[in-house]
Amino acid sequence: MSKTTAKIHSIETFGAVDGPGIRTVFFMQGCPARCMYCHNPDTWSCGGGSEITIDEMLRTALRGKMYYGEEGGVTFSGGEAMMQGEFLLEAIKVLHENDINVCIDTSGTWWDEYTEDVIREADMLLLDVKHSEKDMFREISGRSMVGLYRVISMANKHNTKVWIRQVVVPGINDSEENIRELADFIHKYVENLYCAELLGYHTMGKSKYENLGIKYRLEGVKAMDSQKLNKLNNLLQERIVA
Amino acid sequence: MDMKQWEGFVKGEWNNRIYVDDFINLNYHPYDGDGSFLEGPTARTTECNNRVQELLEAERKAGGTLKVDASRIMRINAFDPGYIIEGKDVIVGLQTDEPLKRGICPFGGIRMVKQELEEYGEKLPENIDFMFNYVTTHNDGVFKAYSKEMKQARHLGFITGLPDAYGRGRIIGDYRRAALYGIDYLIEEKKKDHEEIASRSPLLDENIRLAEEISNQIEALKQIKLMAEKYGYDISQPASDVKEAIQWIYFAYLAGIKEENGAAMSLGRTATFVDIYAERDLERGRYTEEEIQEFVDDFILKLRVARHLRTSEYNELFGGDPMWITEGLAGIGADGRHRVTKNTFRVLNTLYNLGAAPEPNLTVLWSEKLPENFKKFCAQVSIDTDSIQYENDDKMRASYGDDYSIACCVSAIQMGEQMQFFGARCNLAKCLLLAINGGVDEQTGEHLGPQMDPMPLDKPLDYDEVWRRYGIYLEWLMSLYARIMNIIHFMHDRYDYESSQMAFLNSEVKRLMAFGVAGFSVAADSLSAIKYAKVWPIADENGVIVDYRTEGDFPKYGNDDDRVDDIAVAVSEKSIAELRKHPTYRNAVTTMSVLTITSNVMYGKRTGNTPDGRRAGTPFAPGANPMHNRDEKGAIASLNSVAKISWDTCQDGISNTFSIVPEALGKSREQRNDVLVNLLTGYFKQGAHHLNVNVLNRDTLVDAYNNPDKYPNLTIRVSGYAVRFNALSKAHQKEVIERTFHVEV
Repeated sequence: MSKTTAKIHSIETFGAVDGPGIRTVFFMQGCPARCMYCHNPDTWSCGGGSEITIDEMLRTALRGKMYYGEEGGVTFSGGEAMMQGEFLLEAIKVLHENDINVCIDTSGTWWDEYTEDVIREADMLLLDVKHSEKDMFREISGRSMVGLYRVISMANKHNTKVWIRQVVVPGINDSEENIRELADFIHKYVENLYCAELLGYHTMGKSKYENLGIKYRLEGVKAMDSQKLNKLNNLLQERIVA
Repeated sequence: MDMKQWEGFVKGEWNNRIYVDDFINLNYHPYDGDGSFLEGPTARTTECNNRVQELLEAERKAGGTLKVDASRIMRINAFDPGYIIEGKDVIVGLQTDEPLKRGICPFGGIRMVKQELEEYGEKLPENIDFMFNYVTTHNDGVFKAYSKEMKQARHLGFITGLPDAYGRGRIIGDYRRAALYGIDYLIEEKKKDHEEIASRSPLLDENIRLAEEISNQIEALKQIKLMAEKYGYDISQPASDVKEAIQWIYFAYLAGIKEENGAAMSLGRTATFVDIYAERDLERGRYTEEEIQEFVDDFILKLRVARHLRTSEYNELFGGDPMWITEGLAGIGADGRHRVTKNTFRVLNTLYNLGAAPEPNLTVLWSEKLPENFKKFCAQVSIDTDSIQYENDDKMRASYGDDYSIACCVSAIQMGEQMQFFGARCNLAKCLLLAINGGVDEQTGEHLGPQMDPMPLDKPLDYDEVWRRYGIYLEWLMSLYARIMNIIHFMHDRYDYESSQMAFLNSEVKRLMAFGVAGFSVAADSLSAIKYAKVWPIADENGVIVDYRTEGDFPKYGNDDDRVDDIAVAVSEKSIAELRKHPTYRNAVTTMSVLTITSNVMYGKRTGNTPDGRRAGTPFAPGANPMHNRDEKGAIASLNSVAKISWDTCQDGISNTFSIVPEALGKSREQRNDVLVNLLTGYFKQGAHHLNVNVLNRDTLVDAYNNPDKYPNLTIRVSGYAVRFNALSKAHQKEVIERTFHVEV
């Protein structure tokens, strides 16, 4: 029995949008980034959350196994999952022993001694690219973009599939120019691309800020228009194929 | 035996005796393809459908009932033929002489009919009123036999919704027999059965009753022939093509809903049977695909305008004006081949050709072995229309064989060989409160059941003691319930016998007695609170425990947590074990369901504060659902909790209604179909029984609640059946909106 434990924020047993197929999503507690649109600010603090052991994690994951089909599995998201690399490494090992596919959802804002091993062992990286330009990256996340480059190069080195995502916020990164730059960024750096998609900013996380007494930086910004998002997404797909 | 109408069919045992399953097995063509062969609606179909849409709008504006005809008693031939558009209907027949016009069925209970008429500003004609001074109805008989305790349990809300004042329903004639054999052959067979049974010695209650019943069945068959003649058809002989096969089935079914206002009047399992005729006609060039789809569309359109006159009290129990015209689709045959045919697709395609609608209650009998194309098609239909439900064929087939169908929402019955005694449900949550109070009703202070001291007030409730008492009160309640059911069905057979439906069943039919439970998740969560948190009882000035103060958290059913799920399982096992102790009328086999229809709202209204924190009067969760929004770990944890309730203890069905927002199923249409298929696969693989699937946003429901005119056809699955959202009462609408919607954030 493993003594390794992790701090988690919550578990979603039915995830169909965080990686391929149906997935059990473990939202890990703790994040070094402070993204302006984050809808889970309650995952930021490393102090909160509840503890989960490898065995408990595995038991929960196995309860979903009948639903996973050929594509599904487990996703570790956050917070920033990479902050608990030691746990992830062991989790991937036991999940693979049970034929369960593992995705790691990361923003590249954290890397440490375990990160490369995790990327090597994981089946896929869901990489949340906050922005393709370094100043805006810092503006949005409060972190340097250096980690992102490192994470991508690790994925390239170990031939790990990468699913790129970016949240599009009105007035921040919703121009066609920005999407073209993102496509160029992907072309230039990501070698083993699985897919890339844009997610629309929504305001559902706002009330959490009030409860936590944290200032909401996007006060007054409307949710992303779904038609415009579709258009940008189509543009991104065209550029990636090109 | 050979008939010219059977030309081209493979012969077998079905030629020697009534054996529809054998005919299907030898003659049907499994279809593995997709829906690309399907045809859209013809201009005629659209014209008739538009007429129905206008009538539905008028019905809604009239407050839910368009027209009532109290001038005569509903019998098979009480009304002259009626049409949606005369000369345009390709499949003919209505209950009365106009679509959506409702007639009266007084043999279940004359008081109910009088109340219905009063609500609609009509009066019972004097001659009918006079006649019922001298005729005993089912309702009269039941109340003559009920004990005081039975009446008390009924009016306090421990056992309610009982079919003791209206038709019991849940009988499914094998209407396919009319098409395959023709009515004359069925009459001959019934005559033979009658002669054999009436000649038995000793000739006592059961055989005498049966002989009389079979005579009534024979009379009904003759009346059905006469009804068909009025529409210009001779159905004495077998159907000769697909159009006739549908028409014969419909006439046989129609007779049942003309003379009986049973709560649930299922159609059975007709699609694959009809496909055999469709394939023969396509092959010999008699009809085109477009024509066959048009017959199916028109048949379904007829089923959509079927209506019964109901009281507002009844609507409170079974909201949305349902008929439960349930059709079981797909499934697997005894030889391992799936029973998906092109006609299975055609029936689902009516939801596109005619638009989404709650009736007929299309039920996919799910198995992992169904073809992938069909699974994906079903998922797409669910996502587009919210009009279909799924039940586990692998489970039901093991108990009921391959040719079963679904009575009402979730109850399997062998076609032609079984009938069901419907029994509504008892209130498990209220029974727990009665146990805590030692036999005092928490809402009225009335004494009922075994008497003992209430649980002590000076300390938190002791789980072991509460569980011990709960066992005593469940034993008492189930005993009372079983005796009530015997009375009801004895009287129903005697005073309101369903001759026309029973005519399409074997003479010596096997019977199921279907008990039900409500308040399942409230009982489980309340017991969990008592076990894992500290629950202090609070008494009123009379010493009746009417509220609870809970300290600490406790596991809640719906999160895949064995600590509470095991309690839920134990409650279901205890309930059925108690029920099985009691002898049943006509040796029916005892079964139980965890299904509420929409009565979860009414049951909640009749139940005080519960230890799980639920407030007095607020609705229960429907069926076996976890309580609203207590399933916090996502859809799969919620499904897994329900899947633990064993089918072996609840062979009448375990109903789960599931709502998910479209975005949570994935981004693209294809992805959503695949995800839904995987979801159903995982759920049923564990032996789970039933799933209603709604794919919609809560906002849509809220908007429809406020602006009903914007959503004339918004259809949603509620609890084992579907309704037009607008047809629900505001209280039912609110409860549906409060349910858990699975959203991934």
